[in-house]
Amino acid sequence: MTQKVLMKGNEAIAEAAIRAGCRFFFGYPITPQNELLEYMARNLPKVDGVFLQSESEIGAINMVMGAACTGARVMTSSSGPGISLKQEGISYIAGSELPAVIVNIMRTGPGLGGIAPTQSDYYQAAKGGGHGDYRLMVLAPSSVQEMADLMFLAFDKADEYRNPVMVLGDGVLGQMMEPVILPEPKEGNAVEKAWATTGKGNNPESKLITSLYIKPEEAEKFCEHLAAKYRTMAEKDTRWESYRAEDAEIITVAYGTAARLCMAAVDMARDKGIRAGLIRPITLFPFPSAPIYAAAEKGARFLTVELSTGQMVDDVRLAVNGKSTVGFYGRSGGMVPDPRDILSQIEQIESEKTGTTAATEGGAA
Amino acid sequence: MAKIVFTRPKSMKDVVTHYCPGCHHGIIHRLVGEALDELELAPKTIGVAPVGCSVFIYDYIDTDFIQASHGRAPAVATGVKRALPDKFVFTYQGDGDLAAIGTAEIIHAAARGENITVIFVNNAIYGMTGGQSAPTTLVGQSSTTTPKGRTSQNDGFPIQVCEMLNTLQGPSMISRVAVQTPAQVIRAKKAIRRAFQCQVEGRGFSFVEVLSACPTNWGMTPLDAGKWLEDEMIPYYPLKDFRVPEGVQ
Repeated sequence: MTQKVLMKGNEAIAEAAIRAGCRFFFGYPITPQNELLEYMARNLPKVDGVFLQSESEIGAINMVMGAACTGARVMTSSSGPGISLKQEGISYIAGSELPAVIVNIMRTGPGLGGIAPTQSDYYQAAKGGGHGDYRLMVLAPSSVQEMADLMFLAFDKADEYRNPVMVLGDGVLGQMMEPVILPEPKEGNAVEKAWATTGKGNNPESKLITSLYIKPEEAEKFCEHLAAKYRTMAEKDTRWESYRAEDAEIITVAYGTAARLCMAAVDMARDKGIRAGLIRPITLFPFPSAPIYAAAEKGARFLTVELSTGQMVDDVRLAVNGKSTVGFYGRSGGMVPDPRDILSQIEQIESEKTGTTAATEGGAA
Repeated sequence: MAKIVFTRPKSMKDVVTHYCPGCHHGIIHRLVGEALDELELAPKTIGVAPVGCSVFIYDYIDTDFIQASHGRAPAVATGVKRALPDKFVFTYQGDGDLAAIGTAEIIHAAARGENITVIFVNNAIYGMTGGQSAPTTLVGQSSTTTPKGRTSQNDGFPIQVCEMLNTLQGPSMISRVAVQTPAQVIRAKKAIRRAFQCQVEGRGFSFVEVLSACPTNWGMTPLDAGKWLEDEMIPYYPLKDFRVPEGVQ
């Protein structure tokens, strides 16, 4: 059963979601995630699931909310402009403490942008995205295998925390084919959902799912409850991977596609005798600040690499908290850097090691 | 022993509503409650509350409820019904919610023939936010955002939702009723009960528009408001069974 198959990232996400027990999908076409939607349209009915193409992304996310209210495992997927439209619903889902999985296969922006891959929706994903004081758990795979594996985690964590989970990929990951071992199917929901609105039945009390707290005292209590939940997430479910970072003097920080490019650049730097490494956040929220800070305390300097003009770099700077320098290198608009370009940046930082204490980043001296 | 001839529906909570004097929401809530009782639907019901004055319907009707974002109740109800096709799912929406911000959701739920019931309360104004112009505000009617009265030149024309939905194949039942007189209340009750029955029988999307008074934001006494509804609203929004399925109980 543990057979390796060749799959596109978008299809691996869809198949893994079905295997993780997802039986409801509501979505709207947008490139570069259409294969995911189409895979669900073909395959969900085979497991007595429901696929429905909605009138808009707004419609889709609200259908997700409705199905989530019944306790079902449900998801939607989209890309940049469509994810923007879903933000209202995502805020309501977070505010109603409902589990749901949202996939964003990022394309370029702002506006209509283009269909080429970027990582320019980091802020939107990692900082809440819609209105109000909430966060999503954000999972950032960097291979087709990890896309499949993280779907199981996404549904489990959404249920456990009663919070929407976003899987943040990009056009490269969505479109490329890689060998993948699909996880074994999982039956039923792991978590009992006593809160679900399935009809009052013989219960004395009817159930209400709402995000409305009209009294400030109650609203504050609820916001504090959410904040406590996010602290628990940070304690228990912060995930990252280190690559040759143990003894590294220069640490690249990158996720998803950018992390794979950094791995290649790190290997090239090591071949040249430069002690380079990589810290790859797997959860963008909660962000792995601790390993970054620990490395900064040991004197490592940092280079954040993103397919954007610089978003996650803010969180790296916050994690480093002035203990070391944080440089940034990015390409945007759908342009993808060559690992040799990243290597040049690493070499630049290496050359600044000696001599005066040069900063790797801007501002007039 | 006196015989009890009138009592609170079992599916309604024993509380006082927050609605203004002369507001029709209370009557319409009661009709929903009576229909739920008569068809024994309350234990299997999931209601979807809108944004607007009637967001607090869940404080009055004793069934499971979900509070949706503004205008999206038909999409939320779709998600619930697709996951639980044997349960009873209805939305209760005002005219700002349904006929302005929620036009896409209501049209497509109707076009799909989604097997849900929509109770649409049209009082030709935004109530909760304090009397602004609605898509259903009549030409000439003043509001806080049409202080000199709605003009077709600037604001366009009010939307007749039943007529619009009646162009679609999907709906099984579409009726417009009012509750400003006892006779109209009886007719409205019958329509709501029939709409619920349509869903129970799996006939697909059923829709009842209820014309409703908002004396507070219309700036009238409850009695004047009832008269205004009759004289001004009903001519533009005629009371009618637009579509009635054959053989419905």
